[in-house]
Amino acid sequence: MTITPDPAQGIHPYPAQTTIGRASVADGPGGPRHAAGGPGHRDTPGGPQTTAGTAARRRSRETRLMVALFLGPALVLLLVLVCYPIVYTLWLSFRSGDGSRFVGFDNYIEMFTSSNTRRAILNNLVWVIVAPSVVTTLGLIFAVLTERLRRSAVLKAVLFMPMAISFLAAGVTFRLVYDENPDRGVLNAAVVSVHDAFVSPSRYHGVDAREQGELVPMNDGFQSRGPVNPGEPVRLALVGLPPDRIPTDAKPATAPTGGPGLQGVVWLDFSRGGGGRAGTVDAGEVGLPQMTVEAVADGGTVVATTRTDAAGRFAFPNLTSGPYVIRLPADNFTEPFNGVSWLGPTLITPAVIGAYIWIWAGFAMVLVSAGLAALPREALEAARMDGANEWQTFRHVTVPLVRPVLAVVLVTLTINVLKIFDLVYVLAPESSQDDATVVALEMYRVSFGGGLDYGLGSALAVLLFALVLPAMLFNIRRLRRDS
Amino acid sequence: MSHTTIGTVPELMPAGTARGGRPRPGPWIRFMMRFGKALLRLLAVLIGVFWLLPTFGLAVASLRSSADNSATGWWTVFTAPAQLTLDNYAQVLQNERIVESLWNTVLITVPSTLLVVLLGALGAYALAWLDFPGRDWLFVLVVALIVVPVQVAIVPDARIFRALGIYGEISAVIAFHVAFGLPFAIFLLRNFFLNIPRDLLEAARIDGAREMVIFARVVLPIGWPAIASLAIFQFLWVWNDLLVALVFATSDNAPITYALREQMRSFSSNLDTIGPGAFLSMLVPLVVFFAFQRYFVQGVLAGSGK
Repeated sequence: MTITPDPAQGIHPYPAQTTIGRASVADGPGGPRHAAGGPGHRDTPGGPQTTAGTAARRRSRETRLMVALFLGPALVLLLVLVCYPIVYTLWLSFRSGDGSRFVGFDNYIEMFTSSNTRRAILNNLVWVIVAPSVVTTLGLIFAVLTERLRRSAVLKAVLFMPMAISFLAAGVTFRLVYDENPDRGVLNAAVVSVHDAFVSPSRYHGVDAREQGELVPMNDGFQSRGPVNPGEPVRLALVGLPPDRIPTDAKPATAPTGGPGLQGVVWLDFSRGGGGRAGTVDAGEVGLPQMTVEAVADGGTVVATTRTDAAGRFAFPNLTSGPYVIRLPADNFTEPFNGVSWLGPTLITPAVIGAYIWIWAGFAMVLVSAGLAALPREALEAARMDGANEWQTFRHVTVPLVRPVLAVVLVTLTINVLKIFDLVYVLAPESSQDDATVVALEMYRVSFGGGLDYGLGSALAVLLFALVLPAMLFNIRRLRRDS
Repeated sequence: MSHTTIGTVPELMPAGTARGGRPRPGPWIRFMMRFGKALLRLLAVLIGVFWLLPTFGLAVASLRSSADNSATGWWTVFTAPAQLTLDNYAQVLQNERIVESLWNTVLITVPSTLLVVLLGALGAYALAWLDFPGRDWLFVLVVALIVVPVQVAIVPDARIFRALGIYGEISAVIAFHVAFGLPFAIFLLRNFFLNIPRDLLEAARIDGAREMVIFARVVLPIGWPAIASLAIFQFLWVWNDLLVALVFATSDNAPITYALREQMRSFSSNLDTIGPGAFLSMLVPLVVFFAFQRYFVQGVLAGSGK
């Protein structure tokens, strides 16, 4: 159950083949064909030279037939369904949306100016800058981590598994992870509970002052309608707290009995089942405990702060000369934090990139692991003998030695990211697709998703093709150099 | 000054001792020496759990009723495991749309894979071992086509398929997958076939064996590991595809990815269909993953440049 591609068995130079055949052709002491001195030598392989010319000619006719038979079907498919369409798309990109007339570079101009396609190009740029580098870095970290653990096969399997499932399944998975409702999306559930651990949620959000009561709204909180003097009990009536949010420790409200200083009560002026008069503390009405109450002096400065008790009472025994304005500050009533809108317009691209990282980190890890396994042990030993610590060894020996592998991973991921389509299409809700769109997705939306503008769609396809062109040339150059 | 590092040269630094005037390592280093491995293991476990969490969450959600899913999070199963039920799966397996689309996925994937392997192997053999003018140029062309994005071809190919009268049919989807699978298949297999010892082929040829026989009896058996990796990569590529199906298949011929994507329009209310459906669609790739892990890894690594 090991997941490490063993360079010594199976198809050999696999890691190299991700960006096409670095070692594959020239692998071994000269590919067999090259050892024989290039093409054309097969008919005289040092075998019987006595074969007559007619036989050779028959043989060559037969070979031509064989070539047609062997290569024909593949070639036809490639020419008809891949090569010809490239030319056709290029042609379409200079024509109007329905292909009826020549429009010059209009589609290309529109591509770089219209807001949706520009958004797509910019988003793709963000993708290319962020995703490959983060994935490669994580892959390196995971590879080093698993290398240092003895039983790492399970972790490797877990990290690599997302590669097996479709972008659609991954998109479904992350729709759930990113769900905005903290009772459904695990990420928001975590964010909310962390948030609430630091900022305790208010108990009384959404309540209102009793009309005609002694409270008026003020800066998201409430304050007494006018200044009050010590000795006059203050009755602060609130309404609109649903029964299930009444604190369990709340006791029946009691009107202040009088005492030193400024006293009052904050209560829910609502009797269940009706009855009770507005503005008076009736039987069956509960006090609102743990409410912050401030006494504000004439100049607007807060001179005292207290909290209500279980029956909703509060007292400022030291305030003897008034008047004061009593205020219930806004933090009693702050709306609860409902989590982050991950799939909303602002965060959608980072959110989709997050899912992409989840999918591809294992891929990078496996490639880097193979690279690490091939490192010369002596170099590491020597560095350690010279007194380099782990970090120094990693930074100055390991990383430079695996740099070629890291480059391969980066290039591979860059090509992959340029073509990213399914994940964005599935994970971004309809309402965020304009903000999440990338070139490949926009090409589809413009051409098939209702727009039917084949001209603009083809221009986007040509752009995509142009962007992967360097990778194509890189592959060909490598091939030529190797053979 | 201290030469002590985490876990290295232990023979020079027995735990807790300071010999030969060497300064006793600082508390941080001593801590790391003792607990470094444990910390790494803990980190590994945390990463593993973190990576499993999304899939696990979807799995649990797919096993809860839609009422439960809209009321509470899937993580509440830890305290109330009685919520788990197979009802969603039973429903989805009754859902004709989903079952048919799963079957369509099979109908698309199996022929696409077989054809790519067969045509790819034949072409690769010709490019590796038959002599004809222009062979090297042809191979360069094949290599160039590997990275071509499918977007460049979908509009023209839609017209070609329409002209042929197969637009919307499963055969159109297959044809497109085969055409775009071939460049990589040929490239991969040709390089592998080149490493077959020349003597083996020559011996067979001198014995008068036909090319077809050499191909079937010599090349295919030896090329088996490469063919297996290619087949697995191609299989997953097609099984997991969405774009090609969206463009070329009508709704009747839609594979599972297409059918599930339709349900995504209202994600939370359709979660009881989407969750099980997504899991059913993952089943085959996951079995392939665990059953053929080595070929799978090689296949994915080899084909990722596409």
